[in-house]
Amino acid sequence: MTDSATNAMNERKQKRVARLAKRHRAESRFKWYGRISIGFGIACVLLLFTDIISKGTGAFTQTYINLEIEFSEDKLKLTPLSSEKEIKAASFGSFFKKTVREQFPDVKGRKEKRALYAMFTSDAPLILRNLVLEDPSIIGSTRTISLIADDDFDTYYKHSYGKGLSSEDEIGRLNDFQKSLVGRFVDAGMVEKRFNTIFFTNADSREPELAGIRGAIMGSLLTLMVTLVLSFPIAVATAIYLEEFAPKNKITDFIEVNINNLAAVPSVIFGLLGLAVFINFFGMPRSVPLVGGFVLTLMTLPTIIISSRAAIKAVPPSIRDAALGMGASKVQTVLHHVLPLAMPGMLTGTIIGMAQALGETAPLLMIGMVAFIVDTPASVTDAATVLPVQIYLWSDSPERAFVEKTSAAIMVLLTFLIFMNSLAVWLRKKLERRW
Amino acid sequence: MNTAHNTMSDIAKETYQTVGQPLIEDPKMHVRNTNVYYGEKQAIFDVNLDIGKNQVISMIGPSGCGKSTFLRCLNRMNDTIDICRVQGTLMLDDLNIYDKKIDVVELRARVGMVFQKPNPFPKSIYENVAYGARIHGLTDNKVELDELVEQSLKRCGLWKEVKDRLDEPATGLSGGQQQRLCIARAIAVNPEVILMDEPCSALDPIATATVEELIHELSENFTICIVTHSMQQAARVSQRTAYFHLGKLIEVNDTSTVFTNPEHKLTEEYITGRIG
Repeated sequence: MTDSATNAMNERKQKRVARLAKRHRAESRFKWYGRISIGFGIACVLLLFTDIISKGTGAFTQTYINLEIEFSEDKLKLTPLSSEKEIKAASFGSFFKKTVREQFPDVKGRKEKRALYAMFTSDAPLILRNLVLEDPSIIGSTRTISLIADDDFDTYYKHSYGKGLSSEDEIGRLNDFQKSLVGRFVDAGMVEKRFNTIFFTNADSREPELAGIRGAIMGSLLTLMVTLVLSFPIAVATAIYLEEFAPKNKITDFIEVNINNLAAVPSVIFGLLGLAVFINFFGMPRSVPLVGGFVLTLMTLPTIIISSRAAIKAVPPSIRDAALGMGASKVQTVLHHVLPLAMPGMLTGTIIGMAQALGETAPLLMIGMVAFIVDTPASVTDAATVLPVQIYLWSDSPERAFVEKTSAAIMVLLTFLIFMNSLAVWLRKKLERRW
Repeated sequence: MNTAHNTMSDIAKETYQTVGQPLIEDPKMHVRNTNVYYGEKQAIFDVNLDIGKNQVISMIGPSGCGKSTFLRCLNRMNDTIDICRVQGTLMLDDLNIYDKKIDVVELRARVGMVFQKPNPFPKSIYENVAYGARIHGLTDNKVELDELVEQSLKRCGLWKEVKDRLDEPATGLSGGQQQRLCIARAIAVNPEVILMDEPCSALDPIATATVEELIHELSENFTICIVTHSMQQAARVSQRTAYFHLGKLIEVNDTSTVFTNPEHKLTEEYITGRIG
C-alpha cells in the first residue's frame, strides 16, 4: 500500500470519529429538548393545580354561627299546635332580628343593627321558619341553632381573622365595626367552621354562602345522559355500517371526509345550529338539558364514530374470514365477533367523547343554558345549567366568596374528568382481549 | 430463468390448453371457463377443472399464481373483496355457486374452509366448535351439541388433549392444536367439501405431520381441496394435483403422474425447483 493511500484512509477514519462525536452530541441534545418540554408541561400543570387548589379549598369549609334562640310563643305568636298555614304566615324576619338584638344589647343605631343582621345569611329567617315547620314542638323551647354566616363574614373569618394582617392585606369588604362584630362572635364561642355541605346540596344562588353546584351537577348529568343515549348507538351503528357494509364508492368517501371535517368544527357552531334547528325551527324549550344533549350529541358524534371505526378496523380480518367461512352471515359475523372485539375501543372513544362534552361551554351558551337557575333540575325538560357554565357564571361575580367557589367548582369538574378518563383506561385494560 | 420468462409471456398472450386430465367422471364440483378479475387485472384465466368426490386435490404453483384466489372462488369467499369479479360456471353437484339466488350462508355450510393462519375465535374451545352448529341451528339441545362437539374434536384427534379444558380460551392452544381446532370447527357443520388454504404453512414439522394425517383420514368422508407450497405435502396427502402458473391451470393429473412424469415443461421446471 502506498503512503498516500494510507494517509487518505487515516484521514477518513478521523473524519468518521469526529462525525460520531457530533452525532452523539446531537442525540443528547435531542433528548434534552424532550426532557425540557416535558418539564415545562409538568410545571404548567402543577402551577394550574396549585393555583386552583389553593384558591378553591376554602370553599369546602363554611362558617356557622351557633345562636341560642328562644322560640317563644309570645314573640312568634304561635303554639306547638299551630297549623302549617299559621306558621307560614308568622313573621320570622322580625323574630330573628329581635333575637339577635337581644344577644347584643349594646349595638345601637340603625346602621350598626343592620350590620349585625348582615353577619348572618339573609336566608336566616327562612331557615328558622323551616325548622319550625318541620317540628312545631320546638315552639316554646330554647335551642342552639347553627346559622350559616354571611359570605363576607365567612371570607374574613377564614382568610384574615386573627392572622395579624395589616388592614390592606385583609381579604373581604367588612368595615372596622363589622370586623369588631366578628371578633365578638368568636369571643363568645359562637363561631364554628364545618365542612361545606351546602356547596354540594344547593343549586345556584345570588348569596355566595348559599350557592352550590348541585344544580349544575344534575344539569351536567342529565345533559350527558341524553348525549350518551343518543350518540353511542348512532355512532356505533354508523361506524359498523361504514366499515363493514357500505360499498367503497364516491358517496361513502364523501361521507367519510365530512365526518372527519365535523370533528374539527368549533363547538360554538354546533350551538348555533342547535339554536336554529332545535329551538327556533322545532320550537323546543330553551335552557333545557334535552336540547343541550342534542347539541352535544352533534358535537361528540364524529369523535365517537372515528374512534369506533378505528376499533373495528383493528379487529384482525382473519376473525371475519373464520366466521364467514363457517357460513355466518355478515350480520352474525359483526354481532358475534367483530363487535365484542371492537367494544373496548368503542367504549374508550365514547367516554373520551363524553368527557369532552362534559367540559363544553360555548355551544350551551348559545342555547340558553347560561341562565341563572336556582332550582335543581329534575328532568331533561327543566331549565338547567351545567358545571362549566356554572364556573363561567361564578367567575364573572365580584364577591370574593364566588372566586373561591369558582375554583372549587373547577376542582369538582376536574375530578369528574379525571374519573371518566381513568374509567376509559381501566375499561380498555379490562376488556381488551388478545388473539 | 430467462427461458422460463419467455415461456410465461408467450402463454399469457395466446389461449392455452390444460394438459393432463382436468376433467373426470362424476365430479363433486366442476369448474368451467372461469376467469377472475381484481379490478382491471385478470388473476385467473379460463380454468376448467373437475374435483372428485371424497378425494384430496392439491393446488400447487409459485407465489401469486392464483391458486388461493381459485380456492376462494369455490365457496365465494372472494365476495368479501369489493373489486373481485368471477366469470364462468362453477357447480357444486347441481348447484350453480354463482347463481344470484344462492345464499352464500347455505353454500358455505356445504363448502367449509380452513385458513393459512390458525384463526380460532377468541372464545372458549367449546364455543369455537359449537359456533357453526349454533348459527345453522343444527342441534336442538345442549346434549346433542355436547355430543357434536365431542365427535368433531375426536375426529380431529384433539379430544384427548382438550377434553378437560373445553372452557378455556382457544387462543391458549399451540399453533398445531389451533389449526386442528379450526378443522374440527369446520367439520362440525358437516360440510361436503373442505377448502384448505396452506393449512400447514404456519406450523412446525410435527404439527404438520399430525394435520396431514388428519387430512388423509378426513378424505374418506369429505372432498378436500388443499392449496400448498410444499410439493412433498402435495405428494403425501393428495390423489390429484393441479399446477397453476400465472393464473393459468397448466396441468392436472394423478399426483404420482404429475411428480414423476409431468407432461408440461413449466410443471417440470417447477417440481424440479427451477421456478417458484
